[in-house]
Amino acid sequence: MPPNELMTTTIPTSRRTPPEESNMNMHSMTVRGKDRYKSGVLEYKKMGYWEPDYQPKDTDIIALFRVTPQDGVDPVEASAAVAGESSTATWTVVWTDRLTAAEKYRAKCFRVDPVPNSPGQYFAYIAYDLDLFESGSIANLSASIIGNVFGFKPLKALRLEDMRLPVAYVKTFQGPATGIVVERERMDKFGRPLLGATVKPKLGLSGRNYGRVVYEALKGGLDFTKDDENINSQPFMHWRERFLYCMEAVNKAQAASGEIKGTYLNVTAGTMEDMYERAEFAKELGSVIIMIDLVIGYTAIQSMAKWARRNDMILHLHRAGHSTYTRQRSHGVSFRVIAKWMRLAGVDHIHAGTVVGKLEGDPATTRGYYDICREDYNPARLEHGVFFDQHWASLNKLMPVASGGIHAGQMHQLLDHLGEDVILQFGGGTIGHPMGIQAGATANRVALEAMILARNEGRDYLREGPEILAKAAETCTPLKSALEVWKDVTFNYESTDMPDYVPTPSVAM
Amino acid sequence: MRVTQGCFSFLPDLTDEQISRQVQYCLEQGWAVNIEFTDDPHPRNNFWEMWGLPMFDLRDAAGVMMELNECRKVYGNSYIRLSAFDSSHGWESVRLSFIVNRPKDEPGFRLERHEMAGRNIRYTTSSYATDRPEGRRYG
Repeated sequence: MPPNELMTTTIPTSRRTPPEESNMNMHSMTVRGKDRYKSGVLEYKKMGYWEPDYQPKDTDIIALFRVTPQDGVDPVEASAAVAGESSTATWTVVWTDRLTAAEKYRAKCFRVDPVPNSPGQYFAYIAYDLDLFESGSIANLSASIIGNVFGFKPLKALRLEDMRLPVAYVKTFQGPATGIVVERERMDKFGRPLLGATVKPKLGLSGRNYGRVVYEALKGGLDFTKDDENINSQPFMHWRERFLYCMEAVNKAQAASGEIKGTYLNVTAGTMEDMYERAEFAKELGSVIIMIDLVIGYTAIQSMAKWARRNDMILHLHRAGHSTYTRQRSHGVSFRVIAKWMRLAGVDHIHAGTVVGKLEGDPATTRGYYDICREDYNPARLEHGVFFDQHWASLNKLMPVASGGIHAGQMHQLLDHLGEDVILQFGGGTIGHPMGIQAGATANRVALEAMILARNEGRDYLREGPEILAKAAETCTPLKSALEVWKDVTFNYESTDMPDYVPTPSVAM
Repeated sequence: MRVTQGCFSFLPDLTDEQISRQVQYCLEQGWAVNIEFTDDPHPRNNFWEMWGLPMFDLRDAAGVMMELNECRKVYGNSYIRLSAFDSSHGWESVRLSFIVNRPKDEPGFRLERHEMAGRNIRYTTSSYATDRPEGRRYG
């Protein structure tokens, strides 16, 4: 589909580039022939990195950057520079370009729009030929797109907002090792979100005490427990201790409930060799799931995803560290891009926000992340921050995880915002229960089952949520007590990142 | 003990009216509902016996409820569950599954531990009920 058709149909008319600015940008300024290769310095927009007439091919990768040029820098030149520096350009003309099919390899900025309500910021759409990238390598993709350009002096700030990944490229990746459907089949859990909890306190428990928390939470009704991101192998608990006691807890809880249970054993370590050793041990002990942290790096993540596929293991990813570059609106990489990369890289779970909990996440933006994880096709939805149509070509679905500051009393809101294919993790909301961990787990499970039952019965569960919970609490003391303790807990803060486009009612509707 | 497999095991046992509303929901999603029963509730026993075929093309929950009652007449002291299948691309699997009938007594599971080298333990879960032959497990 031609890009203009794809984008202008979804951008509200009132927010399009004002005519005088688009006129300035309308024509290619590329210098051609012998003059293009005269030694010296040439503006990026004249080197072939600004091609407003370019029609992206179906096989092109398209990146959308939010560009904030330094004062006085022409936004088109700044955007062309981003295209140049993320593909073939250097600061001066080089004759060796002429030994290559240089025009094909140049990334082409084909569109620059002012960002609505954000003076000084521009959306730059840049197309990259597929041959610029190695198949099946997030390391290569990211080194190209974000490797060099973020420190570029003429820019005040730069953010990678979204990417369109062509099917031809998607198909070179394994994708989630297990996927939502097979995970549900293996866990024998259908029709409701899965429930989890992170063991707390996250540091200091011995292996034996740690296993106690796992047992209580799983026996009480959770499907999963989870190591936290920084639980690896510390003086208070060596990793083998943790694994052995956790698997005792998992097996005991399975026998007590007749249900399949799991605990995310974090195999994150200092080297790949150590991670493989830990993963192998987890497999030997019969764990259904292991876990890694985002900070291990894209290549390590892809390696573990391949290991997980080979060994029938579900692979949980904790997005440790992401907020350092995803949170600020003007600079860094949007989490929606990280979510796309992680679906390609092949993890099965990814933390993607709770909306109502303690961590950053506006509802519309979070919805965009969830769609990226779970759908086979994402239509462009600017109001959710999704800029491109994206086909996933039957790559497995990635289960989003909601974790951080959520409790049973929010069950109706969680189900409404996040849907059914999600893991709800109540750490404090399980372990902090006044009647103990089992009771905390039971409260969450009962709240969830009651809400699903009501939703399926066609009730307006969002509005009637508190009543539905109160009714369920009549036959469940732990839920009653949870609702009482956390009744007023909410985290209402201004979001730092939200979509730039708001849907406006149109006559046609 | 109480086997807590399925979507609604933590709630009080569903009444027939509640079951019927869940079935109606499934049918409205275009899913085919299947009745399955077993006297071996081991958590990894995926293949419970089928009470006929999944009920494709059904519109009204009453059809399922009728079959469920027939099944209860024969296997009233076994586990019976309803499973709803979604044949749409990208799913092609179960979308909802819940227990609608249980034996009067649920003896639960034995956990056997075989001590291996290096503190490793091999665990085996087995249902006390399966100590007896199929068909003679629950009274």
